[in-house]
Formats: sequence, structure tokens, C-alpha cells
Amino acid sequence: MKIRAQIGKVLNLDKCIGCHTCSVTCKNVWTNREGVEYAWFNNVETKPGIGYPKDWENQKRWNGGWTRASNGSLRPKMGSKWRILAKIFANPDLPEIDDYYEPFTFDYQHLQRAGESEAFPTARPRSLISGERMEKIEWGPNWEEILGGEFSKRSKDANFEGIQKAMYGEFENTFMMYLPRLCEHCLNPACAAACPSGAIYKREEDGIVLIDQEKCRGWRMCVSGCPYKKIYFNWSSGKSEKCTFCYPRIEAGQPTVCSETCVGRIRYLGVVLYDADQIEAAASVPDEKDLYPAQLNMFLDPHDPDVQAQARLDGVPEAWLEAAKRSPVYKMAIDWKIAFPLHPEYRTLPMVWYVPPLSPINAAAEAGSINIQDGMPDVRSLRIPLRYLANLLTAGDEAPIASGLERMLAMRAYMRAKTVDGVIDESIPQRVGLTKDLIEDMYQIMAIANYEDRFVIPTTHREWAEDAYDLRGECGFSFGNGCSDGSTVGSLFGKGKANKPMTPMEKA
Amino acid sequence: MSEYLNTALFGIYPYIALSVLAIGSIIRYDREPYSWKAGSSQLLRRRQLVMGSVLFHIGVLVVFFGHLVGLLTPIAVFDALGISHGAKQILAIVAGGVAGTLALIGATLLMHRRFADPRIRKHSSFADNAILILLYVQLLLGLGTIFISVQHLDGHEMTTFMSWAQGIFTLDFRAASYIMGAHWIFKAHLVLGLTIFLVFPFTRLVHMFSAPLRYIFRQGYQVVRRKPVPGAEK
Repeated sequence: MKIRAQIGKVLNLDKCIGCHTCSVTCKNVWTNREGVEYAWFNNVETKPGIGYPKDWENQKRWNGGWTRASNGSLRPKMGSKWRILAKIFANPDLPEIDDYYEPFTFDYQHLQRAGESEAFPTARPRSLISGERMEKIEWGPNWEEILGGEFSKRSKDANFEGIQKAMYGEFENTFMMYLPRLCEHCLNPACAAACPSGAIYKREEDGIVLIDQEKCRGWRMCVSGCPYKKIYFNWSSGKSEKCTFCYPRIEAGQPTVCSETCVGRIRYLGVVLYDADQIEAAASVPDEKDLYPAQLNMFLDPHDPDVQAQARLDGVPEAWLEAAKRSPVYKMAIDWKIAFPLHPEYRTLPMVWYVPPLSPINAAAEAGSINIQDGMPDVRSLRIPLRYLANLLTAGDEAPIASGLERMLAMRAYMRAKTVDGVIDESIPQRVGLTKDLIEDMYQIMAIANYEDRFVIPTTHREWAEDAYDLRGECGFSFGNGCSDGSTVGSLFGKGKANKPMTPMEKA
Repeated sequence: MSEYLNTALFGIYPYIALSVLAIGSIIRYDREPYSWKAGSSQLLRRRQLVMGSVLFHIGVLVVFFGHLVGLLTPIAVFDALGISHGAKQILAIVAGGVAGTLALIGATLLMHRRFADPRIRKHSSFADNAILILLYVQLLLGLGTIFISVQHLDGHEMTTFMSWAQGIFTLDFRAASYIMGAHWIFKAHLVLGLTIFLVFPFTRLVHMFSAPLRYIFRQGYQVVRRKPVPGAEK
């Protein structure tokens, strides 16, 4: 056994209001630069929809993630190492920027400078890549917001697999949910496996997956390798970039920017202990539906003294062991089993998990017979089809999702009985395999969601790893080249762009 | 061509070009690792790149290694193997001609893409444009030499180029004199080739040094970096 600790994350989709605050604060901090305007390390999609980039869940098209060979071994779906290298001159699995969207700005200053005219002046769009006029914006980072666009297009969503989807195009039966997405910081990252340069690595001490910008050569295989399409090729610098899990903040014990600023308080960060020796076995179980339980089995009980002893031997610091005991991620994902991994069938063992959303009772069921079992509505009569959530979170296995939703309904029923009727109904938690105390804890963490309950992040031990004396006077986080910002103006090796796109206003 | 110019171009210039190639690349690798990259623009425009880049790279790789082996293998090796000079020349013409044509078709596609596509044009540096033109002209010159070569198939002129190339690496100060009488198109091809070496460190060509062959031999698929933690079992 080899115990490693990872800062995991849970997103409670039941409380996501789709406000995009996470996306915007993330962008302001990390990707407001030329070359990554189109990149959203965190984005919020409205589901059902084909998402961003278009059709990202369709691995028949993009060949992301892993595949299990007939002899039981794992290899990237793109192909073995030889096959990946053969794609190096031109990568057939790489999305084009239009699959994300062509980044644009508007001629804002025209509004101030336009001369007198009959009509109001307008700010027309202009490409941020070519600088040329865009007559019509065809696609954007969030084109399907609140079910925008026709159902026929949105219904290409891969999660409709195995669902009679036609009826969900009808107004009376439609459903939606928000899905905020970021890098999954997988236990078995396919991006790292596909990187020919070995520039992508997983940090042993906290599990964060990063790209070494000085080692990246821009072979762009990671973009295809990642099934979540959460690695972005910076077309200006020629290097790939990805969500850093705000590692400078995590190291200091602070939550990531997206988590800190989440107004719905849906995001949870906490330590999870796992057995690194089991990664390969767990990722290569034959049946895709077993991937979620296999990953669950890798996680270790932080209260177990044997686990603690082994973790100490493997170098997990004491503060991390303490944090692991209070970890909201451990509670939601492993203890209560109400959070699930995103698309476990990609075999990446993702570490950003999701609590599925409850939804109103389906209108049809309401009109006729609501299936009520023991005073609680049947989760199968909820508006969002169980199968849809299962396709998203458990490789199509509905039972765990149903159990998770039932537990959340039970929490509501129990608390309603307690606070409205003033009755403690212990039969409610018993029905869903929980206890009164667990339900109260669930309520505290999921409904009240205090800051200190959501984020249990031990600081990193930098003093062990680095000599602070060497760090004095350095420039902090930069893009190599010492303290420069990455554009080496005047250097012989600098890029010296022939003609940087400028709006007419900038030229004036 | 005067002997003075001949010595300058083929006796001295090679050492300048190779020195700049070596030292410049080392300095860039050390000082500017963030700028060391392949510089792919596939994300911005897929059209013309898939066919163009594959043809170009495969053609150029064959041509490059053909030159490397053909010029730097001592002629005694071919003699010992029983390969006549004439046969070696035919092989060079055929293999180089086919691969060079593939590369030229690819380069034409890439050239059109780079100068005609508004997205790519805007985001091409001077070095990106210049090196593509240099390589294109070099391919044309290289293919042009075939028309001279086929006029004398005895392989003699080819051996003089081998003597020159090997002379450069063995510090033979008479190296330049071996090719004094060569046709101008060969000489132009050589000078431009040396110039490509000269500008190599200042262009995207450096990605050649990073050809990720080690990937094939990398153990497993996981890459994990650990910070040294005192007291931890290794």
C-alpha cells in the first residue's frame, strides 16, 4: 500500500444557480491573456446540451480518456505511444478553435467617437484572433445557456444515451441543470499519459495536475488525451495550459478562486487519502459500471489507525491527516455516497465529484399519480431522468444515483418534520440507510454550508521542500524567462509578432 | 567563383553557421525555455495543415537523414559494401527526388495557409515566415540539382561533396577546394543550407531537438513529481 493525499472537490449541483461567478473570477485571475481568451478553466454548462467545446463528451469523435485493451491493460483511447507519436505532425483528434468559439471583442470606442448620425451607433464584434470584422457571432462559451437553441441540436448531448429523448423536447417535459466544469485532477490523468514531453505531472503531495510550461513543447496531444477537454492550447504562446487548482492558494490553505467566490456555496474542498498502488487496477476493471465502486474502494478511512500509521510512513503530514478526518469531500463522496465522479467511464478516476440535482416532480406524474413511497416522492418521478444523471455520473448505473437522491430527499423530509412540525422522525433516515446524526451532519454541511465546513484545506509544508533563502527577491509566479511576463520583447529569441491584431480604435 | 569567395563560403562559413547553431541553441534552451516549442497553429486552422504538415515533415525527415547518412558516411564504407558511386548517386536522386517532391507539395500547402489564411497570417512572426520561405527555396534548389546530376551519373561529383562535408568535420582546411568546380545550383543549395543552420536557434526549428523519442521508452503512463519530504520512506 502506498498512501497519497489529494485535495478533492465536490460540487453540489442541487444548489448551483448557474450564475457563472466561478467562471468569471477564474478567468479574471488566470486566462485574461492573449492566446487563452477562448479558454475557460472553469465553465458552467446548461445540460442537456453539447457543451464546450462542442460535443466534448463524444469520445467516439475526440478519442479522449482511456480504453481497456482486450488483454486487460489500459492505454489512451488516442492510441498507444507509437500511435500518439504518429499524430505529432497533425493531430486528427484536436478540436479547432471554432469548436470552442472564435474569441471576439466589440468596437466599444465607436460608441464614444461616432459622429452624429440618424441611427444609434453600435459596437460591432471583431475577432480577437484575426482582428477582422465578425458579421455574426456563431457560437460562444455558453451558447446553450438556459436551454438556448433548438432541442434538435442540444439533444446531441451524449448523456441521452439509452433514453427516449424525443419527449424531452416538449415544453411540458423539458428539464435542465447546470454543470460547472473544471479540470478533474484525475488519479489516472490521460493528459499526462499522452504528453510526449513528460511536461504534465501530478504533484504527489496534493494531487494537483500541472503543466510544466518550460518543458511543454506544444505537441498538443494532451488536448486530445483529456476527455473533459480541460486542457487548452494557448495559440499565442504555443503551449498548453490548464486549471492549476489555484495551487498557490491551496498551498496557503485557501480555497480555489472558483470555490471561494461561489455565491451558491456549492463547492467543497477537502483531503482524501487513497492507495496509489490501486490506481491501475481500479482504472482497468472490465465493466464500466464498476469503475465508480472501484474508485470508491481506493479511498481510505482517515479514522482508521492503520491507515494513519501507513500514511505517516508514506510522508503524509500530520496536519493533512487531521484535515482528512474533517474532510467534507470524504463525507459526501465516500461516507454518505451522495457525490459521484464525472464520467467514470473515461477511466481517468476523476477527483472533482458532483452531488446530483434534485428536480421538481415531473408534471405528468403530478397530474396523475405521484409515486410516493413511504411519504417521499419516488426519485424516478423527478423531472430530470435518472438515466441522464447516471450517464453523466456513474457510467449509466442508476442505483447509486437513486440512492443518493433518496438520501437528499430524506434530509429534506427529516428537517422539514423537525423544524416545521417539530417532530423528530427517526424512521426517515433509517429508510435510506442513514442515522439521525448523519442526517443532521449532512444538513449542516450541505444546507448551512459554513465556510469552515466547506473548505478544510491544510497548508502545504513548503519549508520542507524549498529553501526560503533561495526564494528571496524572486518574482513569484511567472512564465519562465526570469521575471518577464513571457513575451521577450527585443530578445533575439522573442516572438516579435509581425502584426498584432488591433481594432481601428486602437490604431487611431 | 573566385577561390577567395569559395573558401569564405565553404571553408569558413560552415564553422560560423555550426557554431551559432550549437551555442545559440544551448543559450536559448537554457535562458528561454518558455520559447522552446513546436509552434503549432493547428488549433487556429485545421484546413490544409493535416495534409501539408504530414507531407512536409515526412518528406523533410527522409531528405534530412538521407543527406546526413549520404554525406557523412565515409566513402570507404560504400566501397566495402560494394555499392558503386554511380548506384549511390541514383539512389540519392530517386529517394531525394521522391521525398523532396512530397515535402515540396506539403510546403506549398503550408505556405499558402500561412500567407493566405487571415488567422495564421496575423499570428506569424517574422521568423515563422522567413524560415518557411528559406525551406521552400532550399527544397526547390535541392530538387533543381537533380537536373544537373542526371547529366553525369558516374557519382564522381557526389563524392566531392562527401569529401567536403567530411572535411568540415575533420578540420580539413582544403575542404572548400574539393567543390570549387561544382555547379552554381549545388553551391547555392549548400550556402542556403548553412544559412538555415545559422538561423536555426532563432526560429521554431529548435523543436527538432525536442523530438519526443524518449516518450516511447517512458515507463508506464503516470508522471508524478514528489517534493522531498523529510522522514518519508522512499
